[in-house]
Amino acid sequence: MSSKSEKIGEIIAEHHGREGPLLPILHDVQEEFGCVDAESEGLIAKGLNLSRADVHGVVSFYHDFTAEPEQRPVVQICRAEACKARGVEAIMEQARAAAGDRVKLHTVYCLGLCSVGPNARVGDTLHARLDGPALAKVIENA
Amino acid sequence: MADKRLIRISDDALARALGADKLAAAYEKKGCEVHRTSSWGMQWLEPLVEIDGIGWGPATLEDVDDILAGNGDEICIGPIAAHPFIARQQRLTFARAGKTRPTSMEDYAATGGWTGLNRARQIGSEAILAEVTQSGLRGRGGAGFPAGIKWQTVARAAGPQKYIVCNADEGDSATFADRMVMEGDPFLLIEGMAIAGAAVGADQGYIYVRSEYPDAIRKLNEALQKCRDTIAPFRCEVRVGAGAYVCGEETSLLNSLEGKRGEVRAKPPLPALEGAFGKPTVVNNVLTLAAIPHILTEGGASLYEKLGIERSKGTMPIQLAGNIKHGGLFETAFGISLGELVNDIGGGTDSGRPVKAVQVGGPLGAYLHPDQFDIPFDYEAYTKADALIGHGGITVFDDTADMGAMARFAMEFCAAESCGKCTPCRIGSVRGVEIIDRIRAGGRTPDEIERAPQMHNAPRHGRSAGDEIGLLTDLCETMKFGSLCALGGFTPYPVMSALKNWPEDFTGKAAAETEAAE
Ligand SMILES: Cc1cc2nc3c(=O)[nH]c(=O)nc-3n(C[C@H](O)[C@H](O)[C@H](O)COP(=O)(O)O)c2cc1C
Ligand code: SF4
Ligand code: FES
Repeated sequence: MSSKSEKIGEIIAEHHGREGPLLPILHDVQEEFGCVDAESEGLIAKGLNLSRADVHGVVSFYHDFTAEPEQRPVVQICRAEACKARGVEAIMEQARAAAGDRVKLHTVYCLGLCSVGPNARVGDTLHARLDGPALAKVIENA
Repeated sequence: MADKRLIRISDDALARALGADKLAAAYEKKGCEVHRTSSWGMQWLEPLVEIDGIGWGPATLEDVDDILAGNGDEICIGPIAAHPFIARQQRLTFARAGKTRPTSMEDYAATGGWTGLNRARQIGSEAILAEVTQSGLRGRGGAGFPAGIKWQTVARAAGPQKYIVCNADEGDSATFADRMVMEGDPFLLIEGMAIAGAAVGADQGYIYVRSEYPDAIRKLNEALQKCRDTIAPFRCEVRVGAGAYVCGEETSLLNSLEGKRGEVRAKPPLPALEGAFGKPTVVNNVLTLAAIPHILTEGGASLYEKLGIERSKGTMPIQLAGNIKHGGLFETAFGISLGELVNDIGGGTDSGRPVKAVQVGGPLGAYLHPDQFDIPFDYEAYTKADALIGHGGITVFDDTADMGAMARFAMEFCAAESCGKCTPCRIGSVRGVEIIDRIRAGGRTPDEIERAPQMHNAPRHGRSAGDEIGLLTDLCETMKFGSLCALGGFTPYPVMSALKNWPEDFTGKAAAETEAAE
């Protein structure tokens, strides 16, 4: 048995008794492996006695689950209305330049800091009141 | 010498994003006792440092010594509670904001915590239902459905297993009141859920929190651990969303909770009768449930009912966001005008430029023109104006805003977040983006296929921007009346209100070219 299937087995066992265990399991798998790939989907389907299509349908529905791991650091930038009103679009050019190919910029819609945008998130760390140079710095440090 | 004064700094995610943790550490290093409290909600002043009721903000590390020495006058706001932004509010749900440590059982109990639950247990199910109904409380998640009626339906439904599900998916731009409750006063929400449980006969609760809120998730889990015995036999658990806006829609949320794709379910059956795992379920927004403990205190229901206007009773935690000078949380009785909120309380735009547009109610809410500023904060008044209060978020835009681009974004957002179940939303939103692009490009000429000699019936004249506007209007009608849920059904509000109020923003060619180049 591969270490992956062992680990996924542990995750399934941990959540198995809960009502609606699939999402908590997928979150843990995504966290552990940086993605929920086809192999994981198969293992989870087997563990929960679901069809593989069922699991794939769920994985592919949600923005948080990805089929492949992202190798680059990820910076989430909010581009929803309130951050647009505070000028996020005008600093995206600078953000792209700072990111280049090294950092993955990911658009999100609202981080709940809507009066102090533009805002960004790296891992669980939030950054607010960003201007072009400040956002570029967040990206460079990512 | 170590300074022994008590410093209070919020540990709200917004304050932390602006450096509150470093400030707190700096004060601790000086030997001060630091309490990490909830946020007062004056977000333009965060991070706010409080000593003996006096506030300094926004504070940076350079200000640490000045503040301790009683200087730092430029950023001193005087007594916080007397600040007009706070003094003008009527805080019931946010009564503890700024004053207590969020996960301290001691602070919660010392400020009237659990009185509502204790009284609810004494008076029993029927009396709880009567008081919630009497209070006139309506759902704060968007639809404004009377909470008492929903609870009665669940209470009367047969079945040994029922659920209380808290909708904490708060996906609307410009909203953060749910987040502030969960991070700043988590026991309040849990108490509200336990009361709901006692009212309808449910012993299991779930709080479905969006994954974008890691601080809220952490604090709720900590709070739930601490109050487990207090709320027993009611049990409650946090479930984390996975980045889908549509999962804020209650039936989509229930599917997600059950481990399915977050597709919207057709109603009936109502979730009140067949909700989570097919069992009778109360689904309420965070703010709805957080209003409950106050309502259940002695005389709370009639006090709540006396506030507000018409059929909008009680208070609403309004969220001031976007390009606004004094952004933050403003809880007040219903009836306040939009102009008062934006200009008097919010201080106009942050940029100092004139206000151009105000979006109320998040991404599905209409863009209102300053000419409409006398509209009172009231569910029915907004409905009449083809607008909505939604979750109470207000986004201000200055005169540099391109409302054609915002209308396009509304369609783009709908396309990105559509659950895909029904055609007007799934396909209409994509076509909507294309039509808006064509309007902004000045219409379109016939394409190659239309020009082919075999295409006898194809129009030869292309389409003018006016024709495209006709198409957009038609599409919006179809989406409005043909969509299963409000994502497809309400996206026409921001689109059509932008088109109606700022038609000139749709017909600029240059604007279209920049969009297309992206
Ligand atoms: C697309 C869409 C998104 C929604 N998002 C939320 C949300 O984030 N939070 C919420 O409480 N209600 C949201 N709602 C409203 C819910 O469907 C539902 O009306 C609400 O949870 C009921 O609780 P309430 O009566 O306490 O408001 C949304 C509705 C739609 C159509
Ligand atoms: S309107 Fe959109 S989000 Fe709502 S059910 Fe239809 S496809 Fe899904
Ligand atoms: S709109 Fe950007 S944080 Fe809410």
